[in-house]
Amino acid sequence: YIVTIRVKPDHSGVVTDGVKHSMNPFCEIAVEEAVKLKEKKFIKEVVAVSCGPTQVTETIRTALAMGCDRGIHVEVSGKDYEAMGPLQIAKIFAALAKKEEASLVILGKQAIDDDCNQTGQMTAALLDWPQGTFASEVTIDGEKVKVVREIDGGLETIKISMPAVLTADLRLNTPRYATLPNIMKAKKKKIANMKPADLGVDMVSRVEVLRVDEPPTRLAGVKVETVDDLVAKLKANGTI
Amino acid sequence: MPISELLLFYIISCCMLNHLLYVLLFSSIPVVKAATVSGSDMANPLRSEVRQLYKNLLFLGREYPKGADYFRERLKGAFMKNKDVTDPKEIKKLVDRGEFVIKELEALYYLRKYRAMKKRYYEEELSAVLNIGRPVD
Repeated sequence: YIVTIRVKPDHSGVVTDGVKHSMNPFCEIAVEEAVKLKEKKFIKEVVAVSCGPTQVTETIRTALAMGCDRGIHVEVSGKDYEAMGPLQIAKIFAALAKKEEASLVILGKQAIDDDCNQTGQMTAALLDWPQGTFASEVTIDGEKVKVVREIDGGLETIKISMPAVLTADLRLNTPRYATLPNIMKAKKKKIANMKPADLGVDMVSRVEVLRVDEPPTRLAGVKVETVDDLVAKLKANGTI
Repeated sequence: MPISELLLFYIISCCMLNHLLYVLLFSSIPVVKAATVSGSDMANPLRSEVRQLYKNLLFLGREYPKGADYFRERLKGAFMKNKDVTDPKEIKKLVDRGEFVIKELEALYYLRKYRAMKKRYYEEELSAVLNIGRPVD
């Protein structure tokens, strides 16, 4: 999450080759919440899912090390991967949630590379499930989930019935670190492999990226000696 | 988050970097050399414990803010400094100190990430109070 980003020379996107990838911080919080719910015996099994090329299995291993039971790697590579957006991922998640008969789909509220904040909401819509987004607190109460959401005005508490989709916000919990012994133990856990076609999902993107630019560089400030100078400069600038 | 907590995070994470290295450098974490002929059987489980501790710390050190190499040097130095400790009680105490360093590193990494996310995505309360750094409507 602290790598230096460079825009590709042809302005078609951002350089991702050779850049260190790691689990989305909000998704780490989501995984932690799922594992916590399992430890409190509210859920039986936690399945970690990730879509992408082979490198993605490392992220799934981290999730397994944090306490998930098994992983599913949906293989998407090349052009399909570059064009993959929240809609395609939501379709994959919806298909998997139905296939695995999940009672909860928990994910991070947004990915820090594209900042879309759409996948969770789209998944809920495709499944026609209730959604508890921007969750800062989750409690399971029988067949219902009480979610405290962080909204612009403050905090909103809602009660939704399961199955449901939840998206994790920053203050939901403190994700545990995947230490070496846990990673070693996680090697025994299974990661299933499948393709979007197996789930009947078409990966065609409805969005075309026209151009990617860096934000304009900040101009250096101008220093002035006296107040008169400042006023003169502001007048010249047309500000006053 | 209230301002005091925010400042506390700043202070803690700045201190933690120096504190961590201090703990590593001046704590006597033992190393039992592989080739050491040790009489008692008690040293053997401790030996694997120490080795596992070293491996765990090395794994954690990959993300160290001052660089993985910097961390590895200090780690090796700290372990080598006390390679001749033989009293099992002493060794146990020092292994516990090592575990403590592991916990501190995990906390450091969490804090860094939390603060980075908070800075990027949430308007700082302090700037809201002082009314600086916000776009003019």
